[in-house]
Amino acid sequence: MTNRAEMTRRDILKSGAAASTVTLGPGVTLMAFGGTPAEASSRADAGKRWGLLIDASKCSADCSDCVTACKVENGWGQDMEHGHIDPEQAPEWIRKVTLRDKETGREVSAPVMCQHCEDPPCVDVCPTGASMKRIDGIVQVDKHICIGCRYCMMACPFKARSFVHEAVTDQSVNAPRGKGTVESCNLCAPRIDSGRIPACVEACEKAGHSAILFGDLKDPDSPISKALRDYDTVALRSDLELNAGVRYTNL
Amino acid sequence: MALEQTIYRELKATAGVWQAAALLGAFLVAAGGAWFYMEHHGHAVTGMNNQIVWGLPHVFAIFLIVAASGALNVASIASVFGNKHYKPMGRFSSLLAITLLVGGLAIVVLDLGRADRLIVAMTSYNFKSIFAWNILLYNGFIAIVAVYLVLQMMRRLDYKWVKLAGLIAFLWRLALTTGTGSIFGWLVARPGYDAAIMAPLFVMMSFAFGLAVFILVLLTLLRLNDRPIGDELLMRMGRLLGIFAAAVLYFTAVQYLTASYAAEHRDMVRFILVEGGIYTLLFWGVQVVLGGLVPMALVFLNPSRSSTLLASILVVIGGFAQVYVIVIGGQAFPLQIFPGYEVIEGFHEGIVNPYTPSIWELMLGLGGVALALFAAGLGAKILRVLPTNLSDANLAAKG
Repeated sequence: MTNRAEMTRRDILKSGAAASTVTLGPGVTLMAFGGTPAEASSRADAGKRWGLLIDASKCSADCSDCVTACKVENGWGQDMEHGHIDPEQAPEWIRKVTLRDKETGREVSAPVMCQHCEDPPCVDVCPTGASMKRIDGIVQVDKHICIGCRYCMMACPFKARSFVHEAVTDQSVNAPRGKGTVESCNLCAPRIDSGRIPACVEACEKAGHSAILFGDLKDPDSPISKALRDYDTVALRSDLELNAGVRYTNL
Repeated sequence: MALEQTIYRELKATAGVWQAAALLGAFLVAAGGAWFYMEHHGHAVTGMNNQIVWGLPHVFAIFLIVAASGALNVASIASVFGNKHYKPMGRFSSLLAITLLVGGLAIVVLDLGRADRLIVAMTSYNFKSIFAWNILLYNGFIAIVAVYLVLQMMRRLDYKWVKLAGLIAFLWRLALTTGTGSIFGWLVARPGYDAAIMAPLFVMMSFAFGLAVFILVLLTLLRLNDRPIGDELLMRMGRLLGIFAAAVLYFTAVQYLTASYAAEHRDMVRFILVEGGIYTLLFWGVQVVLGGLVPMALVFLNPSRSSTLLASILVVIGGFAQVYVIVIGGQAFPLQIFPGYEVIEGFHEGIVNPYTPSIWELMLGLGGVALALFAAGLGAKILRVLPTNLSDANLAAKG
């Protein structure tokens, strides 16, 4: 299924060179996306596994810049803000949680998003293969073959996925969304593919917290791999042995 | 082999038949409208949300799919296990099995976010998904049972072929219900599911629900055409239904006893059995007492024609409650994402997820039932599947 997505992307890339925007007339804009073939072939590198390390001690309970940045980057969250959709039906790619240790009373705050499991239950259960894992470990939904059965949402242990409950407007060019399909954090794959870091990570840095560390889990010299060696970290629901790509420390 | 005395005739189009057809047609039209409304506006108009992702339509669908494989039991008992009393009902049992499955699948398909992409579900398979396997199991079931039905209707055919087809259909239906149960049993994330017993539990549920639905539909159609059915036969089916209802209770008891032994699942068990409000009420009041104990008492302590009829109605109601508790209750109980922590702030973290079904979901679900019943009636109208005489005297005469 990974190959299928890659092929689709390459086919699109073949059709155009660099990203271009053509204004046809007032208010009518034609946009094309793409890159050089070299760039295309460098994407979704099997030699990498992207992951996040979230330091809960650096995360501030009253800051939600990561959530806001994700909304802007991926074009979700307007629905609820417009006030015409039930909050429980609204998309939630990333959410902030504040927890209190039942034993000690210590309070911590952290963002929760798709945990990009190595063995993702959502990918196992998907009947069509729309729920897929890229060769670089990013778990996402192929919107072209999602039939909207929501079995992946039943299977996800983290409530990381949302179903698009109504027609969406004001979509972001980075993340096409569609009524009747399932969506979730894709670790800002388009940004990663062009050598940038996920929007939430960037926003957290800008806010001065730097609570989210992004990097390649396969590279032993990457800052994230070093941090994972040096600090005591946990994966959510580690009992399920899904080997999440998102890890937490000081939780 | 004894002389075949059972005469099968098409249903006569009496005024009652037309009225029943019109009533079912009205439900079908309503379901079509509900589907169009949901498709147009998106699932925002339903009570389903990102926490309760499968709602009332799925309760209807799963009930029908489970009942479908069970409805075939009557035919299996005759051709696989050689019981002569059930043989005259084998054809209609096969027909009803197919139509119940079609009704259930129609609901699932029409509830999809992208029902227009059904073709994708047929062409793009992930073979690791039990859902994808179920698509093959369901389609295979329809094909195999259709062949089985045709063979049963070929009078001059050597009966060994009917037996062979019946055996294949019986094994296939066991696989099918195992697959349906495993849709839940293989969900590792949710404490309400994630249990191997889901598969045999669903098989047992299918035995009970399928027989109950079969008895009710058969009685209705026979009555519409004034065809007799014997007290002895009905009481015999009632006793079998009582045994099936007891077996469902047994598997349910094992399910919750096992779960309550594991510390990690105790909260879930307490939720369903004690503190779950509507789910606790449905579990004890409707599933266990009304749908289990009362039907057993009726058919064993006071066996009669009306006891069987009432027991069948109660098993259907109890079965519906059971599927509701499994499907909705299992999602209402919160996912334990942060064990050892209390969630102060979050997005529906650690709280019971509320669900209020919308009228559209109810209409879609009832439409699936109507489709199954309409198709069964239509089948009985155009095919020779219903015996003209199921009286005890007639069955005895056959030897």
